[in-house]
Amino acid sequence: MAAKTLTIDGHLVSARPGETLLAAIREAGITVPTLCHLDGLSDVGACRLCLVEIEGQRRLQPACMTMVSEGMVVHTNTPRLQSYRRQIIELLFAERNHVCAVCVASGHCELQRLAGMVGMDHVRYEYLSPNCPVDISHPRFGIDHNRCVLCTRCVRACDEIEGVHTWDVAGRGVNAHVITDLNQPWGASTTCTSCGKCQLACPTGAIFPRGVTVGERPHASERIALIVEARKQRW
Amino acid sequence: MDLHELEAIAERELAQRPRLRILHCSATGCQASGALELKRRLESLLAEMGRQTEIDVGAVGCLGLCGRGPIVRIEPSGETFEHVKPDDAAEIIAALDGHACHVARCDQNHPFFTRQLLIVRRHCGLINPDRIEDYIAVGGYRSLYHVIHEMTPTEVIQAITRSGLRGRGGAGYPTGLKWATVAKSPGERKFVICNADEGDPGAFMDRSILESDPHLVLEGMAIAAYAVGAEQGFIYVRGEYPLAIERLQKAIAQARRHGLLGTQIFESGFNFRVDIRVGAGAFVCGEETALIASIEGRRGQPRPRPPYPAESGLWGMPTLINNVETFANVTAIIENGPEWYSRIGTEKSKGTKIFALTGKIRNTGLIEVPMGITLREIVEEMGGGTPDGTPVKAVQTGGPSGGCIPASLFDTPVDYESLAAVGSIMGSGGMVVMDEHTNMVDVARFYMEFCKDESCGKCIPCRVGTVQLFNMLTKLRNRQAHPSDLSRIEELCELMRETSLCGLGQSAPNPVLSTLHYFRHEYEELIGAEGDHGS
Repeated sequence: MAAKTLTIDGHLVSARPGETLLAAIREAGITVPTLCHLDGLSDVGACRLCLVEIEGQRRLQPACMTMVSEGMVVHTNTPRLQSYRRQIIELLFAERNHVCAVCVASGHCELQRLAGMVGMDHVRYEYLSPNCPVDISHPRFGIDHNRCVLCTRCVRACDEIEGVHTWDVAGRGVNAHVITDLNQPWGASTTCTSCGKCQLACPTGAIFPRGVTVGERPHASERIALIVEARKQRW
Repeated sequence: MDLHELEAIAERELAQRPRLRILHCSATGCQASGALELKRRLESLLAEMGRQTEIDVGAVGCLGLCGRGPIVRIEPSGETFEHVKPDDAAEIIAALDGHACHVARCDQNHPFFTRQLLIVRRHCGLINPDRIEDYIAVGGYRSLYHVIHEMTPTEVIQAITRSGLRGRGGAGYPTGLKWATVAKSPGERKFVICNADEGDPGAFMDRSILESDPHLVLEGMAIAAYAVGAEQGFIYVRGEYPLAIERLQKAIAQARRHGLLGTQIFESGFNFRVDIRVGAGAFVCGEETALIASIEGRRGQPRPRPPYPAESGLWGMPTLINNVETFANVTAIIENGPEWYSRIGTEKSKGTKIFALTGKIRNTGLIEVPMGITLREIVEEMGGGTPDGTPVKAVQTGGPSGGCIPASLFDTPVDYESLAAVGSIMGSGGMVVMDEHTNMVDVARFYMEFCKDESCGKCIPCRVGTVQLFNMLTKLRNRQAHPSDLSRIEELCELMRETSLCGLGQSAPNPVLSTLHYFRHEYEELIGAEGDHGS
């Protein structure tokens, strides 16, 4: 199949057939914010940050789940999109208890970085301040639901890369939350292999290694893609 | 099973039927108001009189005027009685014999009945939903026979396309086009799904169809399966409809026993099996991709479209998914021809639509009306206005995805485009009437509370946006809102409409936006600072 040519923000860009718009956008050197997307994992189109305008389409489309097509004209950074992205990040900050000053991930947190990227300097919505639990029953890792953004990257990493599916989502709406096994404490999980891929995939400080200081904890979500690539290439 | 056997069943059924019949509604509404006790009393009374073979007491489906149940209809006179109590049993029998009867009669000449055009509900109240023989006696399964033996799948699709039928689930997608897409999509297996996860508050059209005439839906599904090339069908019914589930199960078993579902239907090479899947109480599972995920045994969450289910649906196979009422229209189109059907309704919206008329209205119940009828005719003539004569203020159509239409726009014809033009949607058929005592901020808040509870939590704008909107509307209701909150509400509505993943989130702001548009003063009145400024 022939390569596709499309226009992204006024630049002509070529892309491989079957490639996602997000990949093409990134290859063109354009930055589009993403949160639920992680290289190496399947896409779900849930965070709505990578929504782009495609000429001739009535609705905004998530770049991570839209396939490139010949002659597509895409706008990734219009004032309207910038405003939506800022609002989405605002909504996330208001949803749970994201207090950077006391967070283990401060300085290497994707949510924090996104806030800077989209120019969110204050939250106009009412903080919902929910009462979320912290589960440190696992000997090596902990999960602080106050910091979870429900990107489900841990769920997918566990299912798709480790092949275990210890994590899943329970509840709905703002009551949705990630669980281990059938909503047992993480430490009591009989399926968890303690591989730590969920912690690698986590964009915030929600899933963290225990006994490691803030400064020692690097952000390493790119390792998920590395694992996938290593398996494919049989390194 | 062949055509002769089918006709033999029909003849036998009609020959056996006593001339004198007492038919009582046995749908959920009338059961709740005591129809079953009434039936017992009628039967025991007839047994005492020794007339149980002479007079047939039959359970039938919904007779429409649900607010006045239990409803009883006697044959051959066709007289219909309302609010029938078990103690009225003797009077009903007397009426059958032509004696005076003091039980209140339904006025069959009331516009509520005369303005209706029954296509989907044509058997409702005439047949016993528990007996396939009743359905066969009114011509049931003839369309399926006709389709299998005398039409090609392409001809069936062309007939549906020419009829102009559009999806009755709310969005109004052309049914023929959807069928053609599924038929043309490559796939080793194909599926037909009937969406019976009717979840809008105040809507009960699909429940009534399933409870009153389940075979009509099964036959429509079988015709669809023949047309698109599917051998497996699923009916996804919400768990809150136990009677509908029970009747469907019975209907499927009867149809299988008669060789009308299963393998080699009507001795042809066409096989079609139908299974029921029961929803576990999530509104979002009415969204097609979430419904498919739920049937697959996964968490009921939507996924972005495209790909549409017609291309990649259940287990990645091409899947036809239509609403109950859409399937229930199919046999009438096959029986009478697409040209007949396309003569009913407006230019772009053909046929009839069933509405569940509820709220501050005299005649609560189900009505089937031709497309193009005005809201005024429905609310004022058929519905009879509000019970206490208070002026009607607005009508809410389309449930949590729809909007409120003010009384000043009641001359709007009921069709897909006109309702969308006034900021609402046709929706699945809920029609909630509100009078002058209803505060529109409360209405918007009610629907937002519903959406907040029913959001699946997958995408951020819907998960958090519904809660923020609900909180802002609550603040407004408690007169704690700041003037700037109104523009913030509008801004958040726009965000949700434009960026939410599925129809639930995209349409959740509609009740707020439409009430803000038509009743902005009610919002402004609740903003204290604004009022102070004015004085």
